[in-house]
Amino acid sequence: MKPILEVKDLNVSFEVYGGEVQAVRGVNFSVGEGEAVAIVGESGSGKSVTAQTIMRLIPTPPGNIKSGSVLFDGQDLLSLSEREMQKVRGNKIGMIFQDPMTSLNPTMTVGAQIIEGLMKHEKLSRSAARTRAIELLSMVGIPNPESRIKQYPHHFSGGMRQRVMIAIALACNPSLLIADEPTTALDVTIQAQILRLMKDLQQKTKTSIILITHDLGIVADVCDRVIVMYAGQIVETGTKWEIFRNPQHPYTKGLLRSLPRLDQRKGEPLVPIFGTPPDLIQPPKGCGFCSRCDEAMRICETDVPAPTSLSDTQTVRCWLQHPLAKSPNMAEGKGASV
Amino acid sequence: MQQEIQANVSGVGPERFEPLKRNSAGSEKVVRKSRTAWQDIRHRLTTNKLAMFGLILMVVIALFAIFAPLFSHYNYFANDLDNVSAAPSFTHWFGTDDLGRDMYVRTWKGAQVSLFVGLVAALIDLVIGIVYGGIMGYFGGKVDEIMNRFAEILYAIPYLLVVILLLVIMPPSLTTIIVAMSITGWINMAWIVRGEIMRLKNQEYALASKALGAGSMRIIFRHLIPNAMGPILVTLTLTVPSAMFTEAFLSFLGLGVQSPVASWGTMINDGVKAMTVYPWRVLFPALFLSLTMFAFNVFGDGLRDAFDPKLKQ
Amino acid sequence: MVRYILNKFIFMFLSLFLLITATFALMNAVPGSPLQSEKATTEQIQQNMKEYYGLDKPVIVQYGVYLKKLAHFDLGISMKKRFQSVNKAITRSFGYSFRLGIVSIITSVVAGCVLGIIAALYHRKFLDNLAMILAVLGLAVPSVVLAPLLQYLFSVKVRWFPVTGLTHPIDYVLPTIALSSVSIAFIARLIRSSMIESLNAEYIKTAKSKGLAGHVIVWKHALRNSILPVVTYLGYLIANVITGSVIIEQIFGIPGMGQFFVSCVIDRDYPMIMGTTIFYAVLLVASRFLADIIYVLVDPRMRASAGKAVK
Repeated sequence: MKPILEVKDLNVSFEVYGGEVQAVRGVNFSVGEGEAVAIVGESGSGKSVTAQTIMRLIPTPPGNIKSGSVLFDGQDLLSLSEREMQKVRGNKIGMIFQDPMTSLNPTMTVGAQIIEGLMKHEKLSRSAARTRAIELLSMVGIPNPESRIKQYPHHFSGGMRQRVMIAIALACNPSLLIADEPTTALDVTIQAQILRLMKDLQQKTKTSIILITHDLGIVADVCDRVIVMYAGQIVETGTKWEIFRNPQHPYTKGLLRSLPRLDQRKGEPLVPIFGTPPDLIQPPKGCGFCSRCDEAMRICETDVPAPTSLSDTQTVRCWLQHPLAKSPNMAEGKGASV
Repeated sequence: MQQEIQANVSGVGPERFEPLKRNSAGSEKVVRKSRTAWQDIRHRLTTNKLAMFGLILMVVIALFAIFAPLFSHYNYFANDLDNVSAAPSFTHWFGTDDLGRDMYVRTWKGAQVSLFVGLVAALIDLVIGIVYGGIMGYFGGKVDEIMNRFAEILYAIPYLLVVILLLVIMPPSLTTIIVAMSITGWINMAWIVRGEIMRLKNQEYALASKALGAGSMRIIFRHLIPNAMGPILVTLTLTVPSAMFTEAFLSFLGLGVQSPVASWGTMINDGVKAMTVYPWRVLFPALFLSLTMFAFNVFGDGLRDAFDPKLKQ
Repeated sequence: MVRYILNKFIFMFLSLFLLITATFALMNAVPGSPLQSEKATTEQIQQNMKEYYGLDKPVIVQYGVYLKKLAHFDLGISMKKRFQSVNKAITRSFGYSFRLGIVSIITSVVAGCVLGIIAALYHRKFLDNLAMILAVLGLAVPSVVLAPLLQYLFSVKVRWFPVTGLTHPIDYVLPTIALSSVSIAFIARLIRSSMIESLNAEYIKTAKSKGLAGHVIVWKHALRNSILPVVTYLGYLIANVITGSVIIEQIFGIPGMGQFFVSCVIDRDYPMIMGTTIFYAVLLVASRFLADIIYVLVDPRMRASAGKAVK
């Protein structure tokens, strides 16, 4: 699969009162054409910052893209001028945000908000853009698009607004759609509908998707591949089968254990991950997850593990993959005898 | 990216792969010391240079207002007829007015009047506003609707007209000015308190207190008012300069305090008439009125930013 | 919507009625006859005058008569300036205040918006700090101080502008600055904070993610949402201008209503005071009513809630 997006060694930090938060620390990943990739992690793991950096939506200052590149169609988005970037946003990359209640402009009609992008990128006339907007609304499953187009966002329910957001994001047939927690603010039943819609549209339009979420549960429906982020770093990547069936990183395992399963025995408790993520103003010297890891070793406190490839698709960053950690006497917990 | 495991990274020996021993509470420990909300507010306030400047200015002006008239060998109503409308000099630091009264003492006497009016008016607003707004916000429903209607009608009546009308029927004095200002002045405070209480009363701790059987008054005064303190304090600080302005305004028009009592407003009025010849007679009261209002305004702004950092970001 | 406007209208009327009643009550609460200060009058003349002003009748009847006259827009007759009607006095002086007021309101809104937008766009940069220092000074230096200062500097010292009067366009410059400085400062701060809030709103991110240019985002998306608070401020703006005009007209020697009002108060000319008070009140309450309606028209969300209040 030819990659449409390649993120290389991305480092992003934010100036805050109290210091500099290193929100993204050396992130590398790629998204293939027509592929759907999920970035999973808890809040503060850097997943949203990564997404917004791709779109160059990070306000600078306080944000600061310290190093790295974002290659989209072979072009480094981070080196584009603002004007060139505007031609990419909404045109080649579309984006959906978390809270549909606030992500639409309350003082503009829904139609006007869809038409804007079309007129800018596709150079459509107002009436042509209007026709297209009506098509888009019916495509995302909004009934009576002809009359709905003249209404304001407050006339729409949360789920309907998110459909409008999808219509806006897909208006110019982008080759990549970034969905930043698109269902977090929605009811569970609506969540499923929105995810189904995204999946259907993806199959129809062959758009690549980056789905950002903290909920591993919704990933399986939509995505082919999963990237797990923790404390600003990618800790594990793999196909969704690898991640669900054979998770290697203790954090990924923990995420899966905290998720209810159908085959769970009755009365079997869900296991939470104890503790809180590290403070990224003073990131830990070693592995970010060390302080919450049940299997932590002395090296985890002092050195950052390098990525280990387990298959063509699965990579994990954990010292447990080190041969020395796998020696039998270690497993017994006795410590290595010299 | 596809690195092989570096088995011989410097210093990586088998002993380093021993399980980490730590107490069970380790993962819960807080990495960085965190500040309480009040410490945060204080930090934001004390690092705001302009606000601190305002605070210092306020204190200095208040100290001068209290002590300068005591330690001067002039008093504010004694005439020095040899030195009428004298320019600032070593004998009369700020010069004298048309009746030969020492401007330095009169300026600080004026500060007393100004600060007194400002503070008393703000305190009256505070008390009425908290009681009225607290009741409106806490009880809600019909009580709120009726009380709110009343406040709205009162609010629609232009403030200055009320003040001037009252001055027509009451003798011009400080009391009249303060009473007049308090008639409509509290409404703003009441609305702020009401809004805060409405926001806070449905939060967990108020509900919990209610569930434990605390009475309405206890919940309002022990739980809700303290948590609504931020906006209340800010409004209080910003009420002071507006009350001071009103006093100066009325005194300027001759509707405020009467001679020989000094007020910045009356002094400016006197000074303006002779501005072309004796500019210092208007300069000092005008300067200190502006400085005081400036101080209260910037301190109030700083306080607001400290309580609501969203606005400053 | 219609119901909302009607509601506001009734409300406006109620406030006015209350104010008129209160004014009337206050004026009648003054001890002694309002005519007592008239010198050298015989019993007979006093009696005649009382009859002329209707003061011989019971208070409640006087009140009724006053309301009836008001309904015909008749504000009564002065007690000090013999046989002059209040209406005439107001029309004569209001022209000046009106012209100055309009110029000041426009200046306040335009300058305030420009300053506020600049500050928000250059948030935390030099221009923002400069604009906000100007705004704080605008709030801190009251018109009582600013007006004489301007007059001293620009009329007395450098003689660029005339000291008093309001006939030529150039006469407007200083009074307008003095009258609008507080409102400019207020609007600038209002616009700045609401603009900063809008610029940080999620829908601005959406607009950016559509690839819109910066100026489109600022003018079409952010400003539209930031301008709303200014509309609510319009009522207070007019109140500010009226209050300020009392001082400004005094200092710049403009024979407007503010000066007229103060002279009535000092003369204790009760019909005049009542007349001007009521005139001011109508002006203010009506402008607030207007602001309420404009607000609903500008903000579609308000239109919806106003519509809901009907059902």
